[in-house]
Amino acid sequence: MKTYKAQYKIAGGVHPEYHKELTRDKGIEIMPLPPLLHVYMSQHLGAHAKPILKKGDKVLRGQLIGESTGFVSAAVHAPTSGTVKNIEETRTAAGTFTQTVEIEPDGQDQWTSSLTPISNWESTDSKVLLNAIAAAGITGMGGAGFPSHVKLSPPSGKPIDTIIINGAECEPFLTADYRLMLEHAAEIWEGARIISKILGAKNIRIAIEDNKPEAISAMEKAIGTADDSVHIVILPTEYPHGAEKQQIFAITGRQVPSGGLPMDVGVVVQNVGTALAIRDAVVNGHPLTERVTTVTGLPLAQPKNVMARIGTPYSDLIKFCGGINGVAAKIISGGPMMGLAQSSLDATITKTTSGILVLPAKAVTFYEAMPCISCGRCVEACPVNLMPCDLSQMLEAEDYEAARDCNVMDCVECGCCAYECPAHRPLVQYMRQGKARVSAKILEEKAKQAGKEKK
Amino acid sequence: MSEETNNSQQYVVSSSPHTHSGASVRNIMLDVIIATIPAMLMSFWFFGFNAFRLIAVCVISCVIIEALCRKAMGRNVGITDLSAVVTGILLAFNLPPGLPSWMAVVGSFFAIVIAKQLFGGIGYNPFNPALIGRVVLLISFTGPMTTWSSWQAGPDMITTATPLGIVKMAFAAGQKVPFCFDSIMIKRFFIGDINGCIGEVSTAALLAGGIYLLMRRCISWHVPVFYAGTVAVFSGILWKINPALNMPPSFHILAGGLVLGAIFMATDMVTTPVTKKGLIIFGIGCGILTMIIRKWGGYPEGVSFAILLMNAVTPLINKATRPRVFGAKKS
Amino acid sequence: MNIIVITLLVIGGIGLVCGILLALAANFLAIKEDPRVEKLLEILPNANCGSCSFAGCADYAKAIIVDGVAINMCTPGGPDIAKRLAAFMGVELQAMERKVAIILCGGDKEKAPRRSTYNGIADCTAANAVDGGDKICRYGCLGYGSCSRVCPVGAIEISNDLAVVHEDLCIGCGLCAKTCPRGLIKIIPAKRTIHVLCSSKDKGPVVKKACKVGCIGCSICSKLAPNEAIKMDGFLARVDYTKDLENIELVEKCPGKCIIKKHDLK
Repeated sequence: MKTYKAQYKIAGGVHPEYHKELTRDKGIEIMPLPPLLHVYMSQHLGAHAKPILKKGDKVLRGQLIGESTGFVSAAVHAPTSGTVKNIEETRTAAGTFTQTVEIEPDGQDQWTSSLTPISNWESTDSKVLLNAIAAAGITGMGGAGFPSHVKLSPPSGKPIDTIIINGAECEPFLTADYRLMLEHAAEIWEGARIISKILGAKNIRIAIEDNKPEAISAMEKAIGTADDSVHIVILPTEYPHGAEKQQIFAITGRQVPSGGLPMDVGVVVQNVGTALAIRDAVVNGHPLTERVTTVTGLPLAQPKNVMARIGTPYSDLIKFCGGINGVAAKIISGGPMMGLAQSSLDATITKTTSGILVLPAKAVTFYEAMPCISCGRCVEACPVNLMPCDLSQMLEAEDYEAARDCNVMDCVECGCCAYECPAHRPLVQYMRQGKARVSAKILEEKAKQAGKEKK
Repeated sequence: MSEETNNSQQYVVSSSPHTHSGASVRNIMLDVIIATIPAMLMSFWFFGFNAFRLIAVCVISCVIIEALCRKAMGRNVGITDLSAVVTGILLAFNLPPGLPSWMAVVGSFFAIVIAKQLFGGIGYNPFNPALIGRVVLLISFTGPMTTWSSWQAGPDMITTATPLGIVKMAFAAGQKVPFCFDSIMIKRFFIGDINGCIGEVSTAALLAGGIYLLMRRCISWHVPVFYAGTVAVFSGILWKINPALNMPPSFHILAGGLVLGAIFMATDMVTTPVTKKGLIIFGIGCGILTMIIRKWGGYPEGVSFAILLMNAVTPLINKATRPRVFGAKKS
Repeated sequence: MNIIVITLLVIGGIGLVCGILLALAANFLAIKEDPRVEKLLEILPNANCGSCSFAGCADYAKAIIVDGVAINMCTPGGPDIAKRLAAFMGVELQAMERKVAIILCGGDKEKAPRRSTYNGIADCTAANAVDGGDKICRYGCLGYGSCSRVCPVGAIEISNDLAVVHEDLCIGCGLCAKTCPRGLIKIIPAKRTIHVLCSSKDKGPVVKKACKVGCIGCSICSKLAPNEAIKMDGFLARVDYTKDLENIELVEKCPGKCIIKKHDLK
């Protein structure tokens, strides 16, 4: 095993205030069951799961309650044992609507035995392991929520030689992954080995930013005397080193092609939380029913790293953390750079909720309808070498064709540009709108093309 | 009332990111104003009340004209960003000390109304407003704009024209330069004890401001370094070829408005490229044009025209220097 | 003096030569086009709104001449222009009625409050993509004016955070209907007077929490309206604009206060 600093320098990047001190020394606390759990059928990227129960049904913890409905989709399981109170459409943290199963816990928290533990995974066929992961409903737990079994089964033409376990946690405020690395290093390491076995990848890289020396030494200790195919790569503390494509570049020097996936360059990235969940699914036969989330922010009485069940309402989590002192002006699901602003505390924990951030009025920054002054700071900050200043002006004028020619689709929405913009322009929002319009256009063109071919 | 309390309980929602570096247009303008203070003090020292008068007239007229103009155009009054103050100071820096106040007001009008607001206000102006103001005055009132009256501290040697003007006239008449550009002269030029526009004379003060701007990330080093560097190389080559009819690089850098232009005018964010490569091209272009005008043009000084001409090609430079997108195929 | 004369002669000469060249070029390089297309273009409103399903008025004019498409497809032009087109082409005038846009939401600032303070691009599509829009009602008008910005004749006004169509100005081109991210705008015959000004498919209690003038799905109107002119779509009453409906009684009977009568604008 080797530990060294990342060799390649990514473009752009910013250094926001991290505020990790609020929770970095708080050990993971297990939250008691809330009175009601609202489990969304869409916690992942791709098709929504389909609820398979009806009102009044009894469930056990880990029992399947939502079926995967497509290739890119994931199963959803009951987070505890209890009764299904209701199934209806509700609004998620992203503001979209999805079917939601409301479960009243019975307090027994009794596990189902639908999944069998695989203790000797090293001698088990990869297909079996993959099925176990799919059955456990594991998705990426860093943010996007890409179903793991899809990520771990690349097409045969795309061999994977390197897996990266992402422990960078470059978002300010969040410390959930950091605590996981401190408290569950051995399990994460086992998860990494399971992933590497499934993919047949010979190299394992563990990526950690240099502001987490304790996590680095914890992982070093857990890995022990592994051979030289395992490296711990220390990334500079600079946002967005946790972003998949940037991280791959920083570690391997390979650029994921525009519009492509990491597998195109022989790499698969999994978050440390995902590695842990995969290990839990394989070794213990436990579906994904809980996750660690950082509940933090200055107005919060006791910021904590909380192990909470999927479906726990934000309001219960805030209560568990001592409630809010004073006035909260903004609630964010996730971190401040890429998180989703909330209009209420009604949303619940999903597989991808890495944090809940409460901002006081003085920390809220407002976007303004100011013109661009062409300072070029966004160009300097952009990790994918876009020119957000020009793009935002094209999109402001609704010139989507020009924006498409200037690669708006390559934007990763990391937020570096808007963070730097002295005119406080809502650059990321322009990009999102542009991407939505352009992808609609691309779909339309594809449909037209398909129609022509039919003729 | 009840509705207002309702509103205050609502959370703010917006697109990510939810945090900001704290930079603002106003702070940038404030930094530029701070950076002009050393040169301003030096201008008071050398030109006395005239410098104060011009700066005050330009700043006040720019701010008032900007406010009136925005009101007339039905836009919200946007003087709080302080950009009009910056334009006023920089315009005054580009004026000779004896210029009548009403002419300064005319310059302010052209800078704010014609060069800035008619294009849509801050951010939309293709040309540097202060330079447009200066060039309009230079072309309209050539006499007063090239009369250098109140140079207090110096001997009689250079009282009627700027050093650049003297050199131009001398070479045009086939004569030798009437002063020797030795180390004493270099020192005087560096301090600013020469004739010229009120803000351009003191290289030392301008450099101090430039260092402050660099530290505050308001400008990048590319334009000043490549601008001055190009002028040095260009004039150096000419000087090596024929030292009798050309001045040394040190003279070309210290005399005239080059340092003011390179630090405060050619680094104006709105009218210069956004990419680093673009800034280098911009700086080199300014340098070449400045030297061509100084050497072969009708005017002794070419900084204003050079920067304005490069302003015009800024959109092209931006397009040409668009960086290769991460993951894009190499062409 | 001499110089001035020479200058005038030279400049004038250049101008003359260029003018002759241009005139010749216009003659030789002219694209042969049916002169009737140009005539039709003079009749058409030239708003280039695209409501005829062609790329613009010129395209439509060409299509009438070349492909012989119907002459009654210009919504903004209305019956008047259809009549003139018919007269020019020497074809029989097909039935044509004036159409206008209607915004099927009555929830303004007071009646349908917001649930958060939105900060960002002042555009409905953009606002709708942030946390699903900042109105409590997930179907209601967001009031950021995307429709009014695309309207070619300035017929839509945002009043009290609600889009309102000025029917006398509206040309029925349908650009607003394409823009609205919540699909609230319908193009309907101008002669229709009874409307259900709500698009919420939510159940009664949910609607009541979100809006004071929402359709609660009681279905009273659908029972009262003759000839199934109002049909229930789940928990939402929808007017079938192909049918005549003059029943003012409906307006009073609606418990959600979302049925209104507007003036006839034939």
